[in-house]
Amino acid sequence: MNKDSIKKVLLLGSGALKIGEAGEFDYSGSQALKAMKEEGIETVLINPNIATVQTSDGFADKIYFLPVTPYFVEKVIEKERPEGIMLAFGGQTALNCGVALYESGVLDKYDVKVLGTPVRAIMDTEDRELFVKKLDQINVKTIKSEAVSTVHDAISAANALGYPVIVRAAYALGGLGSGFCDDEQQLVALVEKALAFSPQVLVEKSLKGWKEVEYEVVRDRFDNCITVCNMENFDPLGIHTGESIVVAPSQTLSNEDYHYLRKLAIKIIRHIGIVGECNVQYAFDPSSMDYRVIEVNARLSRSSALASKATGYPLAFVAAKLGLGYGLFDLKNSVTKETSAFFEPALDYIVVKIPRWDLGKFHGVKREIGSSMKSVGEVMSIGRTFEEAIQKGLRMIGQGMHGFVENKEIKIADIDRALKEPTDKRIFVISKAMRGGYSVERIHELTKIDRWFLYKLYNIVMTADEMETYNDLSQLPATLLRQAKEQGFSDFQIARALHKEGLTDVEGAVAEIRGLRKSLGIVPVVKQIDTLAAEYPAMTNYLYLTYNGTADDVNYLHDHRSIVVLGSGAYRIGSSVEFDWCSVNALMTVKREGWRSVMINYNPETVSTDYDMCDRLYFDELTYERVMDILDLEQPHGVILSVGGQIPNNLATRLDDAGVPILGTSAKSIDNAEDRHKFSAMLDRIGVDQPRWRELTSFDDINKFIDEVGFPVLVRPSYVLSGAAMNVCSNNEELERFLRLAANVSKQHPVVVTEFIQNAKEIEMDAVAQNGEIKVYAISEHIEFAGVHSGDATIQFPPQKLYVETIRRIKKVSQKIAKALDISGPFNIQFLAKNNDIKVIECNLRASRSFPFVSKVLKLNFIDIATRVMLGHDVEKPHKNAFDLDYVGIKASQFSFSRLQGADPVLGVDMSSTGEVGCIGADTDEAILKAMLSVGMRIPSKGKGVLLSTGTAKQKAAMLDAAHELHNSGYSLYATGGTHQFLTDNGIPAIKVYWPSQPDMQPQALSLLHDKAIDLVVNIPKNLSETELTNGYRIRRAAIDLNVPLLTNARLASAFINAFTHMSVDDIEIRSWDEY
Amino acid sequence: MREIKKARLILEDGTVFEGKSFGYDSSTAGEVVFNTAMTGYPESLTDPSYEGQILVTTYPILGNYGVPPCREKDDVSEYYESEHIHCKAIVAQDYSWDHSHWQADRSLADWLKEEKIVGVYGIDTRGLTKHLREHGSMLGKIIVDGADDVPFYDPNAENLVAKVSCKRVEVHGEGLKTVVLVDCGVKHNIIRCLTRRGVKVIRVPWDYDFTSIPYDGLFISNGPGNPDMAEKTVDNIKKAIEIGKPICGICMGNQLLSKAAGAKTYKLSYGHRSHNQPVRRVGTEKCYITSQNHGFAVDNSSLPADWEPLFINMNDGTNEGIRHKTKPFFSAQFHPEASSGPKDTEFLFDEFINML
Repeated sequence: MNKDSIKKVLLLGSGALKIGEAGEFDYSGSQALKAMKEEGIETVLINPNIATVQTSDGFADKIYFLPVTPYFVEKVIEKERPEGIMLAFGGQTALNCGVALYESGVLDKYDVKVLGTPVRAIMDTEDRELFVKKLDQINVKTIKSEAVSTVHDAISAANALGYPVIVRAAYALGGLGSGFCDDEQQLVALVEKALAFSPQVLVEKSLKGWKEVEYEVVRDRFDNCITVCNMENFDPLGIHTGESIVVAPSQTLSNEDYHYLRKLAIKIIRHIGIVGECNVQYAFDPSSMDYRVIEVNARLSRSSALASKATGYPLAFVAAKLGLGYGLFDLKNSVTKETSAFFEPALDYIVVKIPRWDLGKFHGVKREIGSSMKSVGEVMSIGRTFEEAIQKGLRMIGQGMHGFVENKEIKIADIDRALKEPTDKRIFVISKAMRGGYSVERIHELTKIDRWFLYKLYNIVMTADEMETYNDLSQLPATLLRQAKEQGFSDFQIARALHKEGLTDVEGAVAEIRGLRKSLGIVPVVKQIDTLAAEYPAMTNYLYLTYNGTADDVNYLHDHRSIVVLGSGAYRIGSSVEFDWCSVNALMTVKREGWRSVMINYNPETVSTDYDMCDRLYFDELTYERVMDILDLEQPHGVILSVGGQIPNNLATRLDDAGVPILGTSAKSIDNAEDRHKFSAMLDRIGVDQPRWRELTSFDDINKFIDEVGFPVLVRPSYVLSGAAMNVCSNNEELERFLRLAANVSKQHPVVVTEFIQNAKEIEMDAVAQNGEIKVYAISEHIEFAGVHSGDATIQFPPQKLYVETIRRIKKVSQKIAKALDISGPFNIQFLAKNNDIKVIECNLRASRSFPFVSKVLKLNFIDIATRVMLGHDVEKPHKNAFDLDYVGIKASQFSFSRLQGADPVLGVDMSSTGEVGCIGADTDEAILKAMLSVGMRIPSKGKGVLLSTGTAKQKAAMLDAAHELHNSGYSLYATGGTHQFLTDNGIPAIKVYWPSQPDMQPQALSLLHDKAIDLVVNIPKNLSETELTNGYRIRRAAIDLNVPLLTNARLASAFINAFTHMSVDDIEIRSWDEY
Repeated sequence: MREIKKARLILEDGTVFEGKSFGYDSSTAGEVVFNTAMTGYPESLTDPSYEGQILVTTYPILGNYGVPPCREKDDVSEYYESEHIHCKAIVAQDYSWDHSHWQADRSLADWLKEEKIVGVYGIDTRGLTKHLREHGSMLGKIIVDGADDVPFYDPNAENLVAKVSCKRVEVHGEGLKTVVLVDCGVKHNIIRCLTRRGVKVIRVPWDYDFTSIPYDGLFISNGPGNPDMAEKTVDNIKKAIEIGKPICGICMGNQLLSKAAGAKTYKLSYGHRSHNQPVRRVGTEKCYITSQNHGFAVDNSSLPADWEPLFINMNDGTNEGIRHKTKPFFSAQFHPEASSGPKDTEFLFDEFINML
């Protein structure tokens, strides 16, 4: 291949973030685009994920916000006629799509060359049978498995292999549909589910307890190979690598082990013929050198993103160059700029990756972790001891933990069992066990975690024990204080160890420790990540802080030219790639305006943690303590808190108290908006309406308040943040049930009860103000009525169905609020609107989740404007108006219920989506069709059935038109009791089906689903009554488990049905972003 | 509770690093060098090329997998690179008091104590490495609390090769072909790599005149220190060049072969000691990751006309091997026998054996 013959390349993105496929592909795609840009190649990107950095101006030449499916990719190929296509940078989605295009001959037809690893090689790694055969040819051991396509064959295979077995679905991302089975009953359940996603299921012998080790391998077309990094799972085999704590480099492998597996990895990728990057995953016997290859991913992966961040080696960038035909010897190490890219990074630190789960957000989900991925994000921490790195990481996770010890006590009924059957609390169970006297040996027996990790964790426990023998800081020996810091203890942990239950003045105690430390010279040092362990000089700006060292790697100029931007931390439900986009854009503006851009963030899946995005990157904690450490060193001109979501926002008051110069809106204003009471009082004062609410501490008070406002009400325990554990209650029964389950109402734990306005529209105001005057704004409307969390709702911008009067009032009220809070920077207000009455539900003085969406649809970068405002520049109001747009943007949510076994896939006031897409269309129908197809909805095949259970009378009425459309378009309608009656009464023929609670009646809704007679399920829960929930739950869950598209909201279902009955997929225009 | 003594590492320029002792509680002195490998401390410690040196590991955590048993297999050490530790001391950021590996039979600390070798942790080895990088390798000494001071010691002033070489001729393995192995401080894995390929190895001391015995090929081993100290070996190699039978060398062997050919060597400012050194085979697109441990290098420009560089370091352009343009003589500056480190260039042993 001649690299000069390629002039135009199509890159496939990975679509919406979902469990198993998240922000790491924004990183890898962005890097690939950068690599091609450097070559002067014209790039075309298909990715409906509008919140990503890669779909921003300046990354790709042409951007299509379209589904990454063979149909749409072919359309784009037909229009753009690229010479090459890159499949390795968009996760499993892009890879599967590429394989399909290759197999159907589309790539040949348009003469599109696959750059990098050939499709044949990809298929050899994806199809288990081919894979095993391929590795058999070179005598490399794989896990013995049988590929089956029926439940019956699976049973025979399992009997032959002997239980326990593991079941895997082929061609599936992140271990979807995989799991362990101890007996036939478990096997049948799992295989049936897996076959719904994949035509082929693998039954394998389980190697539970073996170590899991990965190598990231790079190969060029000249057959030169390197392994950039290896990684070892803290958890033994049996827990998906995405669910496991992972360390890099490996810690328990001897030189012989390390190089034995390294050599095998190179042998394997040479034989398969990878060109670019791939990872090889091994199971490794803890008591011999026996191994099995688990799998080879012939593409960039979550692990490769982690490896890139862990080593400083830009894997995706290099892989893209190799795909264009370069040799590794042609490329330079991008950190040193002088040494070769053909080398293997030497680390002089340890990296720990820890997954972040959000299982608490889902009803009914199983908490056990295993061979299928459930985590929604991850953090990476860097230290020079394992103890330091793991304690940093456990704080980064951001779920209220302070490290390995000195946390709020967790309740575990049976520690032995919790150790044996790990849940998302696994590491804290180990902590509790150690504190409770379990020996390392005992924990090892129960968990099979290598003793080395446990010894190290035990060191932390011993230090905590020792500190707890003191009650006063003045008695604590300086050597012990230093040892604690070297082991990653935060000042808070030390304070708690000293003061125990008596720790009330947290901030005071922590300040006292900080003061003492500084006076003793116990302060962290800054170290560079330079890929070569200091062997060669490197000008790298990629930094972390550690207490294990005496010398700083950076000479600070203290010129007050730094602007520090605080990032968003781990991806989780409610905060993901959109805040990375905001952070990156803030950095770019800071830099462009002539300041030194400084980033603090610790999420390895992001673009903001690419060291070439800013002038200085601190890959470190966003705790008050660590941020202050960094600010002490940087002495910046100012700090930006408003682009990284809630984590930086929450630091505002404390940083302000410490005298930190916060840019933009003042900390006091932020507090006035965040504090419910202050905000409410302010709204009353300026005459802005809000739903009635009260903070209450007893059942009696709650009932009294409800007598006043009436049902339904929104109930939220006040001690949980960001909407968790909220619920809408429509009657006394529900209220009592919810309060019993979710909240112990008490003086310490009051509950906030808010009147809930039914059938109200929800409207978002995203804006930037300067000195209280709005400079730019975007008003968008939710498709769903209020009650669906704004992060789950489908959002339309510009609004298509709002009264002009409503819009006028929203502008006016927003301006009032901006003035009252003296906002300078980004903010977001959520409104309820009914009959032109508008009420404010929430106001955040920071960028919101929808900033990238509105910025890209309006083609006006809100973050750039906001950053210039915060830098103190006078910003002109842009002459652009949403009313001028002759197109519509739809932002739709991606759910990952299929991964969350048992979770009820119903939407409510609590957010449960894991990602989103944003598509642009000529009208609502086109935009919604693109968006819904992008989040995995399918248009039901003509002649197939649609199952309707459409909730309350009002909801049934709302769905009537859509039902008509379905009928007229030739779909067979199946409906449960009430819905069937309603449809018949309205002259729409439908077949009556029965709920699972009526097992004697036929036809059964569940059987129809299992028989694949249904292509779309619309199931709208009527209320939260026990039976309603159970019946509906079983149908909804079956739809998810059998991979049948499911809609649970009447308004969204209507919009989607209207869209696909009004127009066909062929009518969708293939237009790039710049063509709108 | 463990009683841990403080230890100070003092460099010849007066810089002091404070740490804690985990090995033998004594004082010692040597040349301070750093290695950026992330695994392989048992192999490095027993590598004769580290004779007289204080080894600083940039990887911060040391001792994780303990130490494999000290056993012989086929006349050579089963897991080590020689019979005992050659380093004067080992220095790291953090030491794992508790190890975990199925092959380990004791901890690194216990082994160091057995062999009376100093171990220090709690030292900013990145800071120390940067200091060595900027100022070049330098002499240093470690004073453990309670132990006497010792003077600085420059191993390069000594003939280290003579010190570590075998004292008499030994035979390893069996085969139709005979390879003379000049032991300048040979790593046992070189012997293993040769005997595994079915040749008889006659291992001779560094100054032995092997031209008196019949052989099919000559192999010149690695070894510590300054190649200028091994003039006697160079003289013998000159004779071997005249004889014309295949010659191969590794590390010190590369330097000695170069000197015999008429080229010059020089001391690198801080040497190459790591598992990640990239080399390119000259005139090809073939690149390899190699394991290295050397403080001296061959001057490419001093190679005579009938010789040429075989490999070049892709980072700094230094010589990584030479070959004769027409005759079967070649050598590598890196370690194809690895141990520790990557095994990507083990094929060089095959190339040598195929010449016999």
